[in-house]
Amino acid sequence: MNTLLVGMSIVLVIAMIVTALVAISGRRLSIMILSAGLVSLIASVMFLLLAAPDVAMTEAAIGSGLTTFLFFFVLGRVRGESDD
Amino acid sequence: MIKRFTVLLLLVGLATIFFSLALGYVPDESLNQTARYYAENTVSDTGATNIVTAIIVTYRGLDTLGEVTVLFLTAAIVGLVLTRGAEEGKGKPMLPSGELLSTGSGLLVPLILLLGVYVFVNGHLTPGGGFQGGAILASGIMLILLTDPMRHFSHRLIGLIESVSGLVFITVGILGIVLGAGFLDNSLLPKGTLGELFSAGTIPLVYSLIGLKVGAEFSSMLLSLSETEGS
Repeated sequence: MNTLLVGMSIVLVIAMIVTALVAISGRRLSIMILSAGLVSLIASVMFLLLAAPDVAMTEAAIGSGLTTFLFFFVLGRVRGESDD
Repeated sequence: MIKRFTVLLLLVGLATIFFSLALGYVPDESLNQTARYYAENTVSDTGATNIVTAIIVTYRGLDTLGEVTVLFLTAAIVGLVLTRGAEEGKGKPMLPSGELLSTGSGLLVPLILLLGVYVFVNGHLTPGGGFQGGAILASGIMLILLTDPMRHFSHRLIGLIESVSGLVFITVGILGIVLGAGFLDNSLLPKGTLGELFSAGTIPLVYSLIGLKVGAEFSSMLLSLSETEGS
């Protein structure tokens, strides 16, 4: 049980670092926004593994839900204006 | 060149700090004094099964008031900055959103709103609470806005929900000072049976109010963002 938890945490942390690198150095903006949201999603699973379900819910709702939506909204608005 | 060197130096410094912190970490054998008090006495003091909620709403209620105030200030400033020129670009028609998005949001929005209400009403029993539930409510509103950016929401109604729940929240807190042991003391209402919906004194009431307030604040921020045209 304990080794399973440790193994899962290591896999999640590595995935988090990789998605964070993609988020800051990716080519396309939409992929960068999506991977920034993915970092928050993996972080919320991490919080769940560390027995903090309340923090995990906050992270999932605000970090990966609202923020990603907001970034896409602003991205669409910026693109719409540059087309004019 | 100098910039790269500085970045490298900063990284090495951070790595040293975190590495020494990780080397010197010794896990605690037992809970410290405050944590032990909360773990042992929360159920008998407040009647809430979720200790985190009991700490946030009752033991540390003043801090929660501070958090809600910070969020209120943020929403007010966003509204103040962004509502200039809100009515200008109304005439420009936008492309209708896709079939997939509109059907999916019609199906999902009621479920998301229901989940948000569930999360903050059951905050004293299950993980979650006002802040999480409010954020979920606002993400439902966000989905509606994504589907139909021109849709009009009543700012007056949202402001009314926000201010009424804030007022009732502070009134309950001050009633706790007058009638009970201190700010947000939850002995105003009966504790009820442990684990039922209407139990734990004022905690469900206060957390529902916080949920409505947070949801209204986030929604008003999103609305003023979406209503600003080319400023």
